[in-house]
Amino acid sequence: MRSRLDLKLSPYVFVAPFFLLFAVFGAFPLIWTGYISLHKYNLSGTDLGSVGLNNYRRLLGDEHFWIVIGNTFGLFFVATVPQLLLALMIASWLNKRLRFRTSLRMGILVPNITSVATVGIVFGFIFADRYGLANWLLHSIGFDVVNWRDHRWSSWTAIAFMVDWRWTGYNALIYLAAMQAIPRDLYESAAIDGASAVRRFWKITVPLIQPTILFTVIISTIGGMQLFTEPLLFNYGRSQGGSLNEFQTAAMFIYEQTFVNFDVGRGAATSWLLFLLIIVFALINFALLRRSLRGNTS
Amino acid sequence: MSVTSRRLRSTAAVALTVGLALGMAACSKKNDDTGNTSNNGPVTITLQYFGTPGFTQAVKDFEAKNPNIKVDVQNKGQLKDFTPQLAQYLAAGKGAGDVVMLEEGIMGGYLQDPSGFTNLLDLGADKIKADYADYKWGGALTPDGKKLIGLGTDVGPLALAYRTDLFAQAGLPTDRDSVSKLWSSWEDYINVGKQFQAKVKTAKWIDSATSIVQPYVMQNSDTWFYSKDNKFIGDTNPVVKKAWDLGLQMSADGLTAKLKRWDPTWDAAFKAGAFATVPAPPWYTGVIKERAGDGAKGKWDIATIPGKGGNWGGSYLGIPEQSKHKAQAFELLKYLTGKEGEVAEYKEVGALPSNLQALKDPAVADSTNDYFNSAPFGKIYAGAVTDLKPIYLGPKHQQLWENVFEPQMQAAESGKSTPQAAWDKAVKDGKALAES
Repeated sequence: MRSRLDLKLSPYVFVAPFFLLFAVFGAFPLIWTGYISLHKYNLSGTDLGSVGLNNYRRLLGDEHFWIVIGNTFGLFFVATVPQLLLALMIASWLNKRLRFRTSLRMGILVPNITSVATVGIVFGFIFADRYGLANWLLHSIGFDVVNWRDHRWSSWTAIAFMVDWRWTGYNALIYLAAMQAIPRDLYESAAIDGASAVRRFWKITVPLIQPTILFTVIISTIGGMQLFTEPLLFNYGRSQGGSLNEFQTAAMFIYEQTFVNFDVGRGAATSWLLFLLIIVFALINFALLRRSLRGNTS
Repeated sequence: MSVTSRRLRSTAAVALTVGLALGMAACSKKNDDTGNTSNNGPVTITLQYFGTPGFTQAVKDFEAKNPNIKVDVQNKGQLKDFTPQLAQYLAAGKGAGDVVMLEEGIMGGYLQDPSGFTNLLDLGADKIKADYADYKWGGALTPDGKKLIGLGTDVGPLALAYRTDLFAQAGLPTDRDSVSKLWSSWEDYINVGKQFQAKVKTAKWIDSATSIVQPYVMQNSDTWFYSKDNKFIGDTNPVVKKAWDLGLQMSADGLTAKLKRWDPTWDAAFKAGAFATVPAPPWYTGVIKERAGDGAKGKWDIATIPGKGGNWGGSYLGIPEQSKHKAQAFELLKYLTGKEGEVAEYKEVGALPSNLQALKDPAVADSTNDYFNSAPFGKIYAGAVTDLKPIYLGPKHQQLWENVFEPQMQAAESGKSTPQAAWDKAVKDGKALAES
């Protein structure tokens, strides 16, 4: 009797910690945020009653919301696409026989283990409007100085630098791990058949690490859609992201709504919209990439 | 696998699960020991502040006098960093200090919704009412007059800080009496600025177009973005538009350094001596000293501000309702806003007392400031306190100014937006924010 109970019950007990933790830190906040998004709150967090879908309606009709969504996607493309391409190249370079291979491989991860706050502050100084390192460099080679936070292109460039500096190495390492699983003789026989290095890379490496590429694309999509700390610190902790919101991301907008303007309901509604957008966008990315990679192998 | 080891494992798993569940229950359990106030052992209370209020010496003195109270002093960065944190602490019922600092710009919101704060009248604050400037006391009182959520630390009567070295370069007088005579209105001030700018190319007349808005509005109106019944009047209040136009006019005339205030670049510009004048209430002189550093000691001085007297800024200390040591917190609060405390804060960073006893103290009234060329701060500032009139700021004042009107003005100043387009957007966004 006892051992049958044990047999039936213990598997569930073993997996329970994950589900409990998920329920507390995953499902509960999600549902609670959904509840909050249908209500109005005051400064000290007292519920002022349900407002139905009003928060959502107001958001969708608000130009500011769409600017922010545009920024989020824009920054995602500017930061992530070059990042993943660069990571692929670095990985294939590290996959060769090199001197100091191990230290190089470990070295590319160093930016990733640096605290994001440090990265933000240091890059904030590098891309300072006046008295900054980047402007000093530009000036000394004869270009005009750039007010980094005053234009969309310049702020996006600076933020993309930060994001890529931190994440390229991480993705490169994941690609590298996948590449090492590819049998060497495939490359050898391709080389004997006269395939160039570039051709070998695109026709053997990329198709064979396809699942890994899919994984990094999904993860980067989620990360990119939630971009927050880098642009926030780039703007010295102000959540407006430039005086015309040039680089305010959706996550910064949520923060501004919730903790600066204390409009908690609206912040929660934005969170939910962002959540849905991420799901849709990740699925689209997944579908597009799978199709194009398949096309490659045939 | 033996039965015993299997049983052991499942027991362990159950224990783990139960442990986790209990842990969570413990986390979410309301901490309901009110731990009331009259205990005799040593108590540690926390003080959370932003900016540079100069509490260091005052807290040391307080601890020396009250061996049973230890104070954990927490620097929470700038106002914009602390404001959201405090709101979170109050909403969550956890995390706020026993004594917290509140800026006048965010008081309006908390006066509308004062449930997060202890009523200081219940702790005996009414007994010391006579010690505080009337308008400062009134600024922390709810509209019905029944709840007082803070006592005043400093007040901000206006003056104008200027750099003597840059004035000398421009051939302008440098001693404070002659400088004060250069202008009586803001128009005069702009004209002197044009003379200055004609001679000096390496520095600008003022840091930013937005710098004169606060002084100008505070001098010329008793309302700003809100009418006294909390309607948004940012679009129709003529003083707001006038201040906006004056600031952008200076920018169009090339008198502003187009800096964004409170950014690190602005900090660096103080060090680099990139502008010659800036409106400065007493607490702002601490800001200048901190940023311009020792290199600029004696280069700054203080003159009277264009226009008439007015108040800009100044803070309060309050006790969150969640505090478990309210009696001790009130002791600290009384000390920091009392005569000795405010005199010590004044000495440390130049924050001008709102406590009338402290204002009369020779250490304030007869004081000079070394950093500012030994300017007689006591005479210049303390004399101005009695003229101060209250201005009604309203619930979302700080957000309206810092996140809507100031950024739009900066956009117009930097040429990203035309003054008209920026104004239209500020009014539209401001209205949406105020009425949400």
